[in-house]
Amino acid sequence: MVTKSLKKRDSDLANSNKQLKILSNGIFKNGELPTFKDKIAETNQFPLKAKKLEILQINVGYMCNQVCDHCHVDAGPDRKEIMTRATMRQCLEVIKNTGAHTLDLTGGAPEMNPDFRWFVEEAAKAGIKDFIVRSNLTIIRANKKYYDLPQFFKKHNVHVVSSMPHWTRGKTDKQRGDGVFDKSIKALQELNAVGYGMPDSDLRLDLVYNPSGAFLPGDQMSMEKDFKKALMEDFGIQFHNLFAITNLPIARFLDYLIASENYEDYMHQLVEAYNPAAVENVMCTNTLSISWDGYLFDCDFNQMLELPVNSKVKHISEYNEELLEGRNIVISQHCYGCTAGAGSSCQGTVA
Amino acid sequence: MSKTYYDPADLRKFGKITEWSEELGNKFFEYYGKVFEEGALTAREKSLIALAVAHTEQCPYCIDAYTKDGLQRGVTKEEMMEAIHVGAAIKSGATLVHGVQMMNKVNKLDG
Repeated sequence: MVTKSLKKRDSDLANSNKQLKILSNGIFKNGELPTFKDKIAETNQFPLKAKKLEILQINVGYMCNQVCDHCHVDAGPDRKEIMTRATMRQCLEVIKNTGAHTLDLTGGAPEMNPDFRWFVEEAAKAGIKDFIVRSNLTIIRANKKYYDLPQFFKKHNVHVVSSMPHWTRGKTDKQRGDGVFDKSIKALQELNAVGYGMPDSDLRLDLVYNPSGAFLPGDQMSMEKDFKKALMEDFGIQFHNLFAITNLPIARFLDYLIASENYEDYMHQLVEAYNPAAVENVMCTNTLSISWDGYLFDCDFNQMLELPVNSKVKHISEYNEELLEGRNIVISQHCYGCTAGAGSSCQGTVA
Repeated sequence: MSKTYYDPADLRKFGKITEWSEELGNKFFEYYGKVFEEGALTAREKSLIALAVAHTEQCPYCIDAYTKDGLQRGVTKEEMMEAIHVGAAIKSGATLVHGVQMMNKVNKLDG
């Protein structure tokens, strides 16, 4: 179990260039596997182009109360990158005028940003159809000052999306840290208690499942059935949908793959499971990711790899949705993670 | 030639068996795929049966494949180990039940 971010550990892989080199060398350089560009070109899908914006995803900071083994953000308590209120104000201008139907706040633990509640209150006024906060659940039980988060989310009709790697304690704690399972269960029960996740409730509560190791997620619907059955039988917990997300080979998951000598096999799995139908709906084509300091990216993964959008518009201060539409998406081999099997996105499968 | 009889990377080449006998290979993979679809048994249950049989057959490729398949389906290590014990129980039971034949023979010859 890791306790510090790659950055804090001064790991080579804290450097995004180093990650990109690994993803372009070796099996992708010697021809053992095709590059993502070559693969999508086979089905005339290169270059990938941005369609009309549907989802605006804002990362309000990399600080987190947890240090999960496979975090693609390399988040943790030692990360100090936090969105300021000034950048939030710039985001609010965009939120008021965007054509996107979904606003998606993520982190780190977004709740740890000191201006998080102010931002949610202001953003909720824009009346965007689907307002998501990605909550890691344990934050709700981390400190007294967070205990009322379920009520706060309810007040602003926030759609809560939470990570839950498994319905058993052992597998959950192995990935996310000791005690995470029990705290997550308690947090889910509290969300249920205010109405979240109940069958006829408008208070949406979805769970995110990502595999605990070097394997792909199983069928999303089957997993959802198993999660629902187990969480109901064992803890009386209800939720709406399960999003099965593939681990992308970047940051701490890449570090894990290399250290456990699973990197090549995992990349083979991703390439073998490549699905052109998933490319059609891959999330970068309808999403824009904004970093804590206001820069624009095609997705949260590109943000972590420091691959900015391929557009004249690079920063929230110069935001222009029309100019951003039709841009070429920036790709590398990590993109295979979103096109394997039924595909993967922050909203689960796409094909 | 490989210096070992089994190479984990060979599992990825399994599909190539069709190259030397296309019709039979394709029929096999079609049948194989059909067997593992959801049916009266769930795909998850079938995966656990496959894992148990993989062990009784002592097929290293199958063990790798169905361990990973189980993990993908959220199968826990406890469930996997129990499934293997089912296979082991049948294997040992199949050995021991022949003890009756031995007893019969002893009774006949040395009764």
